[in-house]
Amino acid sequence: MKVVLPLKVNGDDYEVAVPPHWTLLEALRYELRLTGSKQGCDKGDCGACTVLVDGKPVLACLTLAVAARGKAITTIEGLAHRGKMDPVQDAFDESGALQCGFCQSGMMMSAKALLNERPDPTEEEMRLALSGNLCRCTGYTKIFDAVRRAAQLQAEARRVALGQDEG
Amino acid sequence: MSRTPLHRPSPHESALGHVTGRARYVDDLDAPPGTLVAQVVPSPVAHARITRLDVTAARAVPGVHAVLTAADIPGVNDIAPVAHDEPLLAEGEVHCVGQAVAVVVAESYAACRAAAKAVVLELEPLPAILDLEAAVAAGSVQGDLHEMRRGDVDAALASAPVRLSGTYRTPGQDHFYLETHAALALPEEDGALFIHSSSQHPSEVQAKVAEVLGLPRRMVRVQVTRMGGGFGGKETQGAHFAALAALGVRATGRPVRIWLNRDQDMTQTGKRHPFYSEYEAGFDEAGHILGFKVKTWADGGWSMDLSKAILDRCLFHLDNAYYIPSLYFFGQVARTNTPSNTAFRGFGGPQGMAVVEEVMNRAAERLGLDPAEVRRRNYYGDAPRDRTPYDQVVEASRSARIHAELLETSDYEVRRAEIEAFNASSRVMKRGIALQPVKFGISFTHSVLNQAGALVLIYADGSVQVNHGGTEMGQGLHTKMRTVAAHALGVLPEAIRVMATATDKVPNTSATAASSGADLNGAAVKQACETLRGRLAEVAGTTLGVPPAEVVFEGGEVFARGGAGRKLAFGEVTQAAYLAQVSLSATGFYRTPDIRYDAKAGKGKPFHYYAYGAAVVEVEVNGLTGEHRVRRVDILHDVGDSLVPTIDRGQIEGAFIQGLGWLTCEELVTDAQGRLRTHSPDTYKIPALGEAPPDFRVALLTGATQHDVVHGSKAVGEPPFMLALGVVTALRHAVAAFLPAGAEVGLKVPATPEAVLRAVMGA
Ligand code: FES
Ligand code: FES
Repeated sequence: MKVVLPLKVNGDDYEVAVPPHWTLLEALRYELRLTGSKQGCDKGDCGACTVLVDGKPVLACLTLAVAARGKAITTIEGLAHRGKMDPVQDAFDESGALQCGFCQSGMMMSAKALLNERPDPTEEEMRLALSGNLCRCTGYTKIFDAVRRAAQLQAEARRVALGQDEG
Repeated sequence: MSRTPLHRPSPHESALGHVTGRARYVDDLDAPPGTLVAQVVPSPVAHARITRLDVTAARAVPGVHAVLTAADIPGVNDIAPVAHDEPLLAEGEVHCVGQAVAVVVAESYAACRAAAKAVVLELEPLPAILDLEAAVAAGSVQGDLHEMRRGDVDAALASAPVRLSGTYRTPGQDHFYLETHAALALPEEDGALFIHSSSQHPSEVQAKVAEVLGLPRRMVRVQVTRMGGGFGGKETQGAHFAALAALGVRATGRPVRIWLNRDQDMTQTGKRHPFYSEYEAGFDEAGHILGFKVKTWADGGWSMDLSKAILDRCLFHLDNAYYIPSLYFFGQVARTNTPSNTAFRGFGGPQGMAVVEEVMNRAAERLGLDPAEVRRRNYYGDAPRDRTPYDQVVEASRSARIHAELLETSDYEVRRAEIEAFNASSRVMKRGIALQPVKFGISFTHSVLNQAGALVLIYADGSVQVNHGGTEMGQGLHTKMRTVAAHALGVLPEAIRVMATATDKVPNTSATAASSGADLNGAAVKQACETLRGRLAEVAGTTLGVPPAEVVFEGGEVFARGGAGRKLAFGEVTQAAYLAQVSLSATGFYRTPDIRYDAKAGKGKPFHYYAYGAAVVEVEVNGLTGEHRVRRVDILHDVGDSLVPTIDRGQIEGAFIQGLGWLTCEELVTDAQGRLRTHSPDTYKIPALGEAPPDFRVALLTGATQHDVVHGSKAVGEPPFMLALGVVTALRHAVAAFLPAGAEVGLKVPATPEAVLRAVMGA
């Protein structure tokens, strides 16, 4: 009693056979072996399983795998582009935000979603974007700094891409 | 030295793995095809006799490979770390809701659930004791009592100008490590097992698995790559799940994975011990404590686990940073029908300090003095005010210095005056400010545990593997060990790989606990590296034509002191050493010197040294709703000469927030049947970004070298947790502003909005 499901993850097309009650998180972790998305609570309260579906943040533990059919899914493993790290990755790497790291991919995906939507977010928008992500190790301050830094790096990258970086 | 990573900021040793999603935790590992999953069948009731346990039908559920009970254990049915009082699978009786009665091993969790439903479990109810106060009243205790005394406390209390008495209760706390308990057990040849465990104590997992299976320890190897948080919750309790998985391997011959979902983790595992205390205290008019009498009970849950040591540490911290001339302390572990409580950051220390802090607050409020000043007057000082209740001498207490520096840098006096003015004019919102000192003893109080080992391997190409006995749970231990090794060998940190903790590399290790991971393992790593550097110096000395003592290792280069002459690459020297048939592996070992404790007498020197710190906390309370928030926190903390300051700051911030959770928003609720009702984050609230102080300033004490500890550093994991006690004092300050002058503040912890509102209403 499995359903065969086409999934588009990190730009690659897959076909997975999963029980119909499986969540997207289970399909990613246990079928596709993309284990960067974590299971912290399994009921939508911790944010550790955050992935992007069509660019928007989604809790993979609350999303049925079948509901993701035909949509573009991005996980932490897909953040880097052609071997180049995403500004969010560079920012989290630099800022020393991480301790145990278990919350980290969810935090980063929430941050990525925010920056997709609002390239130049306000502090309030950043707070809101991270409000659903729990961390048990840090005092959140460095994580917040990392998101701020990611916004900066992304803006710089955009300027470079537009060739406006002179002066 | 110019080119050492020591005492400098450092990126996390697996930062890259984390930001790319490649860093693996136990449940992320690639298990071989055919791996089965296991799930516990928990007791549904708090206390009962098992009259029938029949798993025949459960075994017949499709996809199920085994349903195992106590009768299926080939070795010893015991998983207790110390007292041999905790069967892995229930035998005859169940003692709490959630206790493991059987374990199902199946092809899917769905099959496990179906099989669990098919288990026939008939129970005859027995009376259950569900909370600590009831246990104390009923005399339900376990283990020995622990006492400390000094002077004639009754006389001191009788003649004290200010007398206080009361009871105080501190709550439990769920660890809520983001990664729940997990293990993956793999069969090896000849009946041996290889176990990946999310555990702070791989050697104990190895020992317990071996006992349960009736094997010598050499047949079991345990590996811990990293944990998604531990905080003490994986010190003993990871062994249960590893042993259940191992039992599954034994029964089926297949690899077995076990992973708890959040509800299972919260309902089946122990938490921070609630403590209940009765106290009497006497002060003089100037706020000096004269006598202190405390009887305290820890809620151990249904078995001992580590409760005795936790009770001990509570008693060792009933003084916090204060000299108490006469005293009597009494402590005992109570037994209740709840999951066995266990280690949690601070390990009884926070619960002990909370009592003396309550007393300091009440005394200050009674005397109309600034609570910070009352604390200052009571700090340890010169002899005879330098003796702890257990007679250890507090050498050169840093409390007074930290107090003075922090008052200054946090602008305490000015802000306190501003707050008084604000409170006089604001009706609904009131503010409070407080200074909280911490003195915390460093060492395992069971002295034998203070030992550690390391194994360092250098390959001929000059790259290095470091193995040590400590586990990485997010506290940055591996990064610190890499720093220590890089410094000792004079190589770049990138030349070093810190290996997963493995019982086949370093045997008989202690838990990574008691904040001691870096102190103990750091000293062992340093020793091993220095042995190897000594050997390499001989080789390089020959090439460079100088005596070995004149050879310098720095930044990946090897050269003669003074820098003149040839510079060899580290890899050239190691290659030369290989060709010269020199051994390039070495072990290191360390044991803390000069600590001992006589529990009968209540005297000794249980701690190698003390860690100090203080926080100034400002809060704001809404008098209509009881809602409150922390506005600003300033911390000055003593980590000695920090091995890696970025890591220590992270530890300080994180510990404070965890303490804030314990004291203000995390509330465990158990119903009349002994079932935990708050078993997921929708009902159990840990601090989120919104609770973090918007203004959070952390500084490390300078000029604070700690002699006799690796590179002058100090332990950091637990001490800052207790700085959060300042939140309670600050809340009391704000609450008092709502009350008539001189009224007693009755604030309970956790100081949830509800508790604060009660206090504001004087209820
Ligand atoms: S696992 Fe999805 S929100 Fe916690
Ligand atoms: S770093 Fe451990 S949960 Fe956030």
